[in-house]
Amino acid sequence: MSGPEGPTRDALAELLLAMADDEFVLGFWDSEWTGIAPILEEDVAMSSVSQDEIGHAKALYELLAELTDDDADRIAFGRPQEGYRHAALMNHARTDWAFTIARRFLYEHADAVRLESLAASSYQPLVNLVVKMRREETYHLLHFDLWLRRLAEGSDESHARLAAAIEQLWPDAQAVFAPLAGEAALLTAGVLPESLETLRARWLERVGSRLEAAGLPVPVAAVSPSADGRTRRTADFAWLHGEFTMVVRSEVGATW
Amino acid sequence: MVAHALSRDAAVWAALAQIADPEIPAISLVDLGVIRGFTFTSLPDGGERLSVELLPTFVGCPAIDVMRQQIGERLTDLAVADEVTVDLSFAQPWTSDRISPAGREALRSSGFAPPMLIGPTFSGDLLTVLPIATCPYCASRNTTLENPFGPTLCRAIYHCADCRQPFEAFKAV
Repeated sequence: MSGPEGPTRDALAELLLAMADDEFVLGFWDSEWTGIAPILEEDVAMSSVSQDEIGHAKALYELLAELTDDDADRIAFGRPQEGYRHAALMNHARTDWAFTIARRFLYEHADAVRLESLAASSYQPLVNLVVKMRREETYHLLHFDLWLRRLAEGSDESHARLAAAIEQLWPDAQAVFAPLAGEAALLTAGVLPESLETLRARWLERVGSRLEAAGLPVPVAAVSPSADGRTRRTADFAWLHGEFTMVVRSEVGATW
Repeated sequence: MVAHALSRDAAVWAALAQIADPEIPAISLVDLGVIRGFTFTSLPDGGERLSVELLPTFVGCPAIDVMRQQIGERLTDLAVADEVTVDLSFAQPWTSDRISPAGREALRSSGFAPPMLIGPTFSGDLLTVLPIATCPYCASRNTTLENPFGPTLCRAIYHCADCRQPFEAFKAV
């Protein structure tokens, strides 16, 4: 297939892997709410949202596999845990409902900013997919904006738990925009129309104004994403990796 | 020759129109708007390949593989080409506006409210679109959105305040 070559291709592969892993890992974490969400509607909603994310991950892994002449299933399930490139935000277990809502709120807006920008990418196969994904992600954004308000304006306890979760996740949420090794090449080729730091500033504005409107504290330190924002792994993720590779490991090479 | 080509294309469309959506069998794949088109190309060793372009309703729709398989089988049986391939495509986004008038009626008569028509530039204005659905049972507009997420990725759940029925709508996307 035709597409960028050399360093630009390697950088594009890095970008696709980061995006796919974000969607894949978060999709797995939140699918754990199936059957145990606080209310039935949310059981259905979280299952549906997670299914969307796994579907987006699959499509992104397939783009990557075409680019690098690899296999999407191998990329998704065949890597050791050190090989994953999701942002540190996705390193945490699902924890409680407030924690889940805090993470989804921070991530959905980061993803929206990223997708909006990539809709103008010079890499057409990604643009085609992004245009489609954005229509689905719009529903996620609305849903988690609503939940943020609901918990913020609910009881003292829901407010306090939500505020604490946002405070805790804030540094790791910056990592969605952690610099990519090949970012300069992507910017030159127009694959990435804007720098990740520009996108992060836009995201900070959006989440900041929504937190304020919901009466929640905006964490003060707009810390820059740390260099290992997409490579640092945790015991929580090690456990999840064991879960989602269980079937593949049980019969290596099996097909059905 | 032209007449032959036309009748062959018509036969392919007719065969595709007989395949039901795996999740909502009331509607065919053609009325659902997931078939962008098809082409016949010559194979290097003679013979022809029929390639169908399939637009997924949702990126993560688990029914895609079933659709591909059914299209492949049905068109292979039709024996109008030596090879049949079904290619998944995002070259044009599937939107709920692609459902045909006949498809919208098929949805409605089987208890699904058809999606609101949203136009080509759908973005974040869902807040104004979502609360509007017409009850497929009593045609009332006095309905409320219960959950923008439903039993499949493409469905949302509403409640009708007049006939007091919960109902599903095909999501505007």
